Amino acid sequence: MADKFETPVLGDVEERPMPALACGAMAQSRSYVAAPAHQEALGFPKELVPDWQEKAIAKMGDLLSRYRSLRVYMDICVKCGACTDKCHYFLGTGDPKNMPVARQDLFRSVYRRYFTLAGKIAPKLVGAKEFTKELLDEWFNYFHQCSQCRRCSVFCPYGIDTAEISMAAREIMDSIGYGQKYCNEIIGKVHKIGNNLGLPAPALEDTLAGLEEDMEADSGVAVKMPLDVHGAEVLLITPSADFFAEPHVLGLMGYAKVFHASGVSWTLSTKASEAGNFGMFIGNYEQMRKIAMRIREAAIELGVKRIVFGECGHAWRVAYSFLNTLVGPWDFLDPRYPVPQHIVEFTTDLIRRKGIKLDKSGNDGMVLTFHDSCNIARASRMGDFPGGQFVLPREIIKATVPKFVDMNRDTILEKTFCCGGGGGLLTDELMEVRVKGAKPRLEALKQVVEQEGVTHMATICAICKAQFTKVLPYYGYDREMIVSVHQLVSNTIILGDND
Amino acid sequence: MTTVFAILFAVATTVLVVGLVAKIIQFARTPAPLKIPTTPAPLTKSGAAFRVAREVVVFESLFKSNKPLWIFAVLFHLGLFVVLARHVRYFQEHVWLPFQLVQPFGLYAGLMMMGGLALLALRRAVVPRIAYITSPSDWLMLFLLMGIGASGLAMKLIAHTDIIGVKAFFIGLMSFEIHPLPEDPVLAVHLGLVALLMIVFPFSKLLHAPGIFFSPTRNQNDDPRERRHLSNWAAKLEAGRN
Ligand code: HEM
Ligand code: HEM
Repeated sequence: MADKFETPVLGDVEERPMPALACGAMAQSRSYVAAPAHQEALGFPKELVPDWQEKAIAKMGDLLSRYRSLRVYMDICVKCGACTDKCHYFLGTGDPKNMPVARQDLFRSVYRRYFTLAGKIAPKLVGAKEFTKELLDEWFNYFHQCSQCRRCSVFCPYGIDTAEISMAAREIMDSIGYGQKYCNEIIGKVHKIGNNLGLPAPALEDTLAGLEEDMEADSGVAVKMPLDVHGAEVLLITPSADFFAEPHVLGLMGYAKVFHASGVSWTLSTKASEAGNFGMFIGNYEQMRKIAMRIREAAIELGVKRIVFGECGHAWRVAYSFLNTLVGPWDFLDPRYPVPQHIVEFTTDLIRRKGIKLDKSGNDGMVLTFHDSCNIARASRMGDFPGGQFVLPREIIKATVPKFVDMNRDTILEKTFCCGGGGGLLTDELMEVRVKGAKPRLEALKQVVEQEGVTHMATICAICKAQFTKVLPYYGYDREMIVSVHQLVSNTIILGDND
Repeated sequence: MTTVFAILFAVATTVLVVGLVAKIIQFARTPAPLKIPTTPAPLTKSGAAFRVAREVVVFESLFKSNKPLWIFAVLFHLGLFVVLARHVRYFQEHVWLPFQLVQPFGLYAGLMMMGGLALLALRRAVVPRIAYITSPSDWLMLFLLMGIGASGLAMKLIAHTDIIGVKAFFIGLMSFEIHPLPEDPVLAVHLGLVALLMIVFPFSKLLHAPGIFFSPTRNQNDDPRERRHLSNWAAKLEAGRN
């Protein structure tokens, strides 16, 4: 099934290449529908229910009454088209249904038909549509070609956020038995085993022991990877990919070394061995809350004083923006620190206070650029000022490498392009969407590689890391160009007796 | 004609007011369960209010987004704003000073508004991406506004109407008295279309005007770690929790 498509040719980012409309270009690129077992594990109907249309419309009404975002965004779009050239999936595929407003209109056409006077009286006039099976299939297709990256929302004059609409669409589809396999299977694993990868506690213990040995062999210092240590100061919540694959695991070693050098005691938790929260991708508050609850429980059981999150984009959105809402308040933790903190905040603070020492020669010859991950850039913050999420990671990188350059201004900070694999799309059957969706980011990368000699791109998101390592080779780049920010720290931090 | 228009405007005003109030109440009452400002966002509530004000007054995000569209949008909306301000004189016995001061700009504002509408329409027709997302209703809205503007400008430039009579009619209507409306076909077209605009307003995309104030990505401040934000329905899920 894989690779029956052509990898696009990278254009010049300065020219802002704009595709011609290619209607239906991505109509065949479908995610897998969740199997009955995946659906059932989350309490959703096993398969498409016979009266799905009625149920879907009822669910839509329910969501409209519970989410102001959805309610307002359904009504206020004027079709000005400011968003039409902002989505990386549109820019990479040319399929007009990947333009944010057209994606929203798949939902809005149904909304208008069943919830507005105009749509009931004159459906054709206002683009209202009967919710047919055909349209449902389009929903399934195109709402799983949205990475919920919110780039469109930055540019919309009213801030209409397609992510909110694609989350609602996915929630409706789950509720009628038409969920997506990738997300729902993973959420099932979290409930059953504790993390997205389905790594059971003994395997996790083994992995961490192995990493400790590796680090000691490398550095001669016994850096620990504590697990379920009661009374530790910090509970570290990190994406399970950090236990598993490169470059993620190199970042994990970086966190461990930072904690070691800082002298702050810390622990991982088997119960909360996952930072990721795919409940957000499927727009389901209850699932998101249930997944987040493990973190609260782990913090209480272990008696920690602080919670720190590892490098993961959507996890940081849920952590920073939602955790307090979902499972707060955190009054039992140390009030001197924000809850939760990001490892980047933790490390930057140490660097500023000279609490750790770095030796740039560990990263000799590297020229770095930084990919802002969408959920961190546009849906959260770090530090105590707006935009700290852009400044802090760059500060760490600049402290650890000889040369740093930023990519084209229109592709970084709050205008950053998604890696192409976020929002529940990091699955093999969507390879075409993922490869094409990465095009705008890689056009910007290509420019700094050619003009500035960039050798590596750092990022602080497990999905970005996994997506880029997979997609870069399609465009002729080495997968090892992608590095964790804390991998750079790991390479440069001076361990040993720090008195 | 007088009675027809008296009834029409009574109906149109009722629909506009009731419809808008109902929509605004609905927007305001619908909970926003999560903090979703598009970041970087202001940290304080007043900062967030200022952000919304910038969106309303200078179309800040649109400016970032698309410069030509921003120019067209400003032409149209600014023109419309001045035209409407100029119209206040038909409804006030003693016209307030700011509304007196805008009187000399009627023609320019009218032309600005029409120019903006023409450019927006051209864009809809010519840019394939915009043509793709356009429904018939989007066209009708532009035509409706152009019709109002054209008939208004016609009264201003070609066939003057009895403004004193118009004013008497509307001021009378506001205290439920019927004064004769000047018999003028252009005025009839202008007013007929205006009544139509008022009636469709609460059922159409013109809801963007009140709606922008309720957009959570713009009107929320960024403080989720400092303050717990909890909606009523989410609070109900908390029963029996640790
Ligand atoms: C709070 C007040 C308002 C704000 C902030 C606002 C803002 C905007 C913005 C940013 C756009 C998109 C750009 C464009 O297409 O021009 C727009 C479009 C539009 N606005 Fe407004 N607007 C307001 C009030 C109104 C009112 C009172 C009307 C009409 C009576 C109106 C009619 C329109 C129309 C028809 C469009 C679509 C133009 C097109 O077809 O491209 N707006 N508005
Ligand atoms: C009940 C409401 C309205 C009344 C009684 C009314 C009446 C009039 C009159 C009598 C004129 C001629 C002015 C002159 O000769 O100096 C005029 C002009 C005009 N009207 Fe209206 N109008 C109304 C609503 C509107 C609305 C809602 C719009 C825009 C959407 C509009 C747009 C215009 C324009 C563009 C002109 C020409 C420029 C100007 O004189 O300001 N009118 N209107």
